[in-house]
Amino acid sequence: MEKIEKIAISASDLTKIYGERAALSHGNFIVPEGSICGFVGPNGSGKTTTIRMLLGLIEPSGGTATVLGESISHPEKYLPYVGAMIEGPAFYPALSGRENLKVLAELGGFPLSRVDQLLEKVDLADRGGSKFKTYSLGMKQRLGIAAALLPNPKLLILDEPTNGLDPSGIQEVRGIIRELADSGTTVFVSSHILSELEMICEYLVMLREGKVIFSGRTQELLSGQKPIIIAKPEYEVDLTNLAKKLSDSGFNISIVEGTLHIDAAQEASAAINRLAFESGITLASISVVLPTLEETFFEMTGDNK
Amino acid sequence: MIRVVIAELRKLRRPTLLLGTIATVGGLSALFTSIIFLMIDSENGNGERGERISPAELSNSMGLVYGFKLVGVFLGIVALCIFASQTAQEYSLGTLRNLLVRQPSRMKLLAGKFIAMKLFALVMVLFAGALSVAISFALAGRAKVDTSSWSSSGAMQLLFENTLNIFISTLCFGAFGMILGLLLRSPISAIAVGVLWSLILENILGALIKSTAKWLPGANFQNIGAGGNLDLSYKHSLAISALYLIISGGLAAVLFKRRDVAN
Repeated sequence: MEKIEKIAISASDLTKIYGERAALSHGNFIVPEGSICGFVGPNGSGKTTTIRMLLGLIEPSGGTATVLGESISHPEKYLPYVGAMIEGPAFYPALSGRENLKVLAELGGFPLSRVDQLLEKVDLADRGGSKFKTYSLGMKQRLGIAAALLPNPKLLILDEPTNGLDPSGIQEVRGIIRELADSGTTVFVSSHILSELEMICEYLVMLREGKVIFSGRTQELLSGQKPIIIAKPEYEVDLTNLAKKLSDSGFNISIVEGTLHIDAAQEASAAINRLAFESGITLASISVVLPTLEETFFEMTGDNK
Repeated sequence: MIRVVIAELRKLRRPTLLLGTIATVGGLSALFTSIIFLMIDSENGNGERGERISPAELSNSMGLVYGFKLVGVFLGIVALCIFASQTAQEYSLGTLRNLLVRQPSRMKLLAGKFIAMKLFALVMVLFAGALSVAISFALAGRAKVDTSSWSSSGAMQLLFENTLNIFISTLCFGAFGMILGLLLRSPISAIAVGVLWSLILENILGALIKSTAKWLPGANFQNIGAGGNLDLSYKHSLAISALYLIISGGLAAVLFKRRDVAN
């Protein structure tokens, strides 16, 4: 029997219409409690609108949603347990990073002692006293993450948290997200760095033009995609010969940078290997590759520019 | 709501804003009070619109607050600018979304902001008043003004009444600025519209159609600070100002509560 999961976010027919344009149309998805859920979609697909609705910043035109079991029409019931960074960090430029966090801590009724702990956590302890306007993009982003962590959240919503971060910063954010998830925090994270999401997200919600085109386990999405068998003959001269043999045997093939890409299930590997052997061709390598999240995303959204 | 007030005060007490405001109102207070005493013999006058205030007039209990009354309207304009910028900047900086995530009750947020700014305005008015009184005492001897009646209970009563009136007037201007900030969502636009209307357009309108002066918001806010005058009673100005602020404030509050925070 499948384990019954608790739901951190649930959207049912959630809709937001601006004029005649639907920023989100009948969105249905769930985010299980304690999971890291990626929220992906091309620019303008409705991600930020959805996040804003979940945070009570904009009112839905239709449908319903719950966050931590409470309806989004009563954000005051769940926001004390939610940390969020929406569309990049926004702070008061003339205040220091520390003062900015204190403003939010006081507003939310969180202990001021958390401010220095969080500055330490995001590696800003030594620059906490500097004015926000003097911060680099990466430092601003880290301060935004610290602000989102102020409530010690049960649910953390991050909109493009790695924007402007260098590789080590990205790694740090990934570490923070994993650490939070390990302690039971649900993380709902939007990012355009899909390889990052693939590494950390067990769940995915995928949007395209205001419609949810996938909601479920990342593995479920990826395993639903057709694998590719990549074969490389020992000698390049054999490439066209092998391609012809495989094509004659009914395989759909393409030649990519000295290798053969064959649309086939893993079970076909043995047959391909045998066919090459019978034709007197030695394979230097043969491997089965599942499409990456990025490839799947492009295929599903039709946005491969 | 107390949390909103405390958080807002943290923003308001930042050195650039606090010291800048203190320096501005201190400078204005010192300037206007000094003019009254230092130009006491000037043929061009030493009071408002070239009015001549003699040492004898300054020697009565009213002399203590003359300078403070003159600076009153400018305190209102300073408050208008601060209230407008502090409100509108939440939109232009994008910080409103952070505030609303931490305090989802929009009315509490608005009320808390207003209370914090009221406290800031009170400090501003008290500082300007105290400085004006101190300068009046310091310059009275040089201007041959007898200050013996300045410490009478009547003078204290006048000082209290004028401080209260100037504070109410400052709050009216501030609330007007806050409403503009909410409606226009841009500090520059809100300040420009507020200052332009209060200092220029109302004066032009009042000069062109005399009867309108009685009904214009800025003139009434200003008249509260002056404690009323012969043409316009204090009670009338209080009532008109309240009417303006309740209607426009209510509209702004409804918009703030319902409008999507999409920036």
